[in-house]
Amino acid sequence: MKPSDTLRFATRAALGTPLRAALMVLAMAIGVAAVVVLTALGDGARRYVVNEFASLGSSLVIVLPGRSETGGFNPVNAITSTPRDLTVDDAQALTRAPAVQRVAPIAVGTSEAVWNGKLRDVTLVGTTADYLELRRMELAQGRFLPREEPNAAVAVIGAKIQSELFGATPALGQVLRIGDRRVRVIGVLAQSGQGLGMNADEVVILPVAVAQAMFNSNTLFRILVEAKERSLIEPAKAQTLAILKARHDGEEDVTVITQDAVLATFDRILSTLTYGVAGIAAISLSVAGILVMNVMLVAVTQRTAEIGLMKALGAEGRMIRNAFLTEAALLSAAGAVAGFLLGQAGAFVLRTAVKVLPAYPPDWAVIAALATALATGLVFGVMPANRAARLDPVDALAKR
Amino acid sequence: MPLIELSGIERVFRLGDSVVHALANLDLSIEAGEYVAVMGASGSGKSTLLNLLGLLDRPDAGRYRLEGRDVTTLTADEQARVRREKIGFVFQSFHLVPRLTAAENIALPLMLAGVPPSERAKRVEKALADFGLAQRADHRPDQLSGGQRQRVAIARATIMRPALILADEPTGNLDRATGEEVVHLLESLNAGGVTLILVTHDASLGSRARRRIVMQDGRKIIDEAL
Repeated sequence: MKPSDTLRFATRAALGTPLRAALMVLAMAIGVAAVVVLTALGDGARRYVVNEFASLGSSLVIVLPGRSETGGFNPVNAITSTPRDLTVDDAQALTRAPAVQRVAPIAVGTSEAVWNGKLRDVTLVGTTADYLELRRMELAQGRFLPREEPNAAVAVIGAKIQSELFGATPALGQVLRIGDRRVRVIGVLAQSGQGLGMNADEVVILPVAVAQAMFNSNTLFRILVEAKERSLIEPAKAQTLAILKARHDGEEDVTVITQDAVLATFDRILSTLTYGVAGIAAISLSVAGILVMNVMLVAVTQRTAEIGLMKALGAEGRMIRNAFLTEAALLSAAGAVAGFLLGQAGAFVLRTAVKVLPAYPPDWAVIAALATALATGLVFGVMPANRAARLDPVDALAKR
Repeated sequence: MPLIELSGIERVFRLGDSVVHALANLDLSIEAGEYVAVMGASGSGKSTLLNLLGLLDRPDAGRYRLEGRDVTTLTADEQARVRREKIGFVFQSFHLVPRLTAAENIALPLMLAGVPPSERAKRVEKALADFGLAQRADHRPDQLSGGQRQRVAIARATIMRPALILADEPTGNLDRATGEEVVHLLESLNAGGVTLILVTHDASLGSRARRRIVMQDGRKIIDEAL
């Protein structure tokens, strides 16, 4: 029996019972579509987070006070238990590193902002003029912190603070009371939408010296360092560490993380999530596989007389097995293709409904789903096909 | 050399506790070109004999030589090949594949044998013409009359030009006139040199053969030339 004949015979057999074929294709399609849509969702979430991070500035190095890595017992640790705080002078020193483009110290606190009798809780960020460019932020009105007057009592406010406190009144030039101090509003940030972590629309940015005076502290929360370019991130990190170590009496009491490392971690977590979701969806594929087996077993029973006839006409067991396997494979393939289209349509609907989510199914998931569908179809088709091939011709022929 | 040579054939079925000797110590020799009717009541073993001759069943003991070759020791696949090339079956209930057209049903043995489609089409076309089915080539079995269905089945049984045709009650599902027509067709094939073995319990049909074998309880009680 030629392969082309086997294919044609199997196609005719599959189409001979349209309802059965349609149900099996549907089951397989749902399984494949589930994998495609769910991985599109998972991978969309991953891309969303990665993009958000990238928009923060991808050549960022972040300095945290204290050492978060465990380095085992170290005599130095035994003597000094309190790490030195990060200071504005530390930040200033980092600008001398050759691989560094900009540095922005960050002091963070919360307080109340009052204007014209209206009161609102705000997040205060004390920093310097470079912060704006370093964070890729934009101003809607006015200007950012002045470079030449580090102690000026001025503030740049987020878009939401502006609308909630000032409403229609122009905010520029107004005097805002924050805690027990008065600051003049010199700029308003452009609306940045959703950002990770701190919502930039709800902050009040002050010169770092002013903020530290308000918090009555001279420590920093973070120092943001921007490398000259992406390839210089590692040198920038090493230089940052070296400078701070030298300034802190040879003690490495800061943690320097790169944006890339954070990004990679998120990437890994969300990729794992996507794999997990794909695994769950794969269960529906295996259920479809069991349905394939069921349907093919029914087909073998229904066509027992035909199998007997084929044997009487001289079909070898192998020919019968191939015909049934081909039929299972054909139905699975049709289901896989239908499921692929269904899944892509689902992902499209998802993208249309949730605009910010780039819900594209990853290639590996699509390929894996199609391959799994075909493989399950074949694997679960083997048992019914073998049963057909082993049927006793005399008994089979006696069936009507 | 006889076409068929059975010696000491035993076929035993176990139904629960009882043991049924469907065939018991059967010796039989049939020459090429013979026209044999196998008769007997139901349960006499005639169907078992036919299945055995058609290599659909294996004896529990004894030897079956087909064209001098011992076929009892062949594997299932080798037996399938022998069936394909040497034996044509005609069944009482026609056994046509319902979703295939008359032409496709006739082509089945050629397809199984791996005959190329072009040659297949040529041979099927000739067979359709020979059996008066040219107008019915694209009809499915449910669009054919009983006689036409059996003609399709006979065309299928002869398409590989077998040496032996085994017909199991070929007229059982047909009315008298149509049955007559089908028997004539089979007899004309026999006249062309094909060995014809007909299983029937219809005495008038049995009496048309040139040799009659009557079975009873798995034994051959009459074997006579007519």
